[in-house]
Amino acid sequence: MPFYLFWLFTTVMLIGGVSVIAFRNPVSSALSVVTCFVGLAGLFIGLSAFFVGVIQILVYTGAVMVLFLFIIMLLDLKDEEHRTNKIAPIATGLVLIGIFLIQLFSVIADTPNAESPPLDQATLSAAADSYPQDSKIATELKEGHLPDVHLIGHTLFTQYNLHLQILGVLLLVATIGVVSLSKRQTE
Amino acid sequence: MASLNNYLLASGLLFAIGLAGVVIRRNIIIVFMCLELMLSAANLSLVAFSRFHPVNGLPDYSGQMLVFFVITVAAAEVAVGLAIIVALYRARQTIHTDELDTLKG
Repeated sequence: MPFYLFWLFTTVMLIGGVSVIAFRNPVSSALSVVTCFVGLAGLFIGLSAFFVGVIQILVYTGAVMVLFLFIIMLLDLKDEEHRTNKIAPIATGLVLIGIFLIQLFSVIADTPNAESPPLDQATLSAAADSYPQDSKIATELKEGHLPDVHLIGHTLFTQYNLHLQILGVLLLVATIGVVSLSKRQTE
Repeated sequence: MASLNNYLLASGLLFAIGLAGVVIRRNIIIVFMCLELMLSAANLSLVAFSRFHPVNGLPDYSGQMLVFFVITVAAAEVAVGLAIIVALYRARQTIHTDELDTLKG
């Protein structure tokens, strides 16, 4: 990814993040989170993680934030606008992120920096040897394309198959939990 | 080309913003959104490490698998959390953390 695109997406992401805290209206905050996640998806795609970038948009900005907006609409939050902020939590928050940022900068100064390894025709076709000869992944790799979704699917259904099934059980439990939580309050 | 440390810095800044939001804001819904920001910041560093430390010439897909699982668990967490917030609002008529002090001694 060119450097100016990295800065563009990072700026969009960070401005979105700051305005989540700065806006008083919860709807504006929710839309700022959407802006932040769109910038983040741009960064993911710039890192050649196309599948993760697309589900970031589909799941987070598409499903999760719309759910947030629905709940904000459901609750009547009129008194939010003329509420004064207390000074103590703001001071605590600023001190906390000050300490965190000092820690972050000192850790990053000590971390060995890495330039992005190449993903060109030569490395991709060399990687094709570890996959079966005529498979879709091997053919795409030999042509010099990165079959991102195929590789993720391959890893998911071989190496992480058990985790995927546990995740299915978790989603089922969450669904039942939500239904029983909303049922109890109507009785 | 952006280097690994650039991505880690961006991820750390986003995490700091989320942390500040959790501490500063009193509205439970905003606190919840800031939690999502912190999860996404962690995802960004996972994807950056997966790209910058290749296995066999390809990005390390175990890192992206973890991102996939984090996103799924976060979606389940949002569904349950928002159901709890709605139940809380029906019971107490408020979602401000200052006014929810039943457990305070």
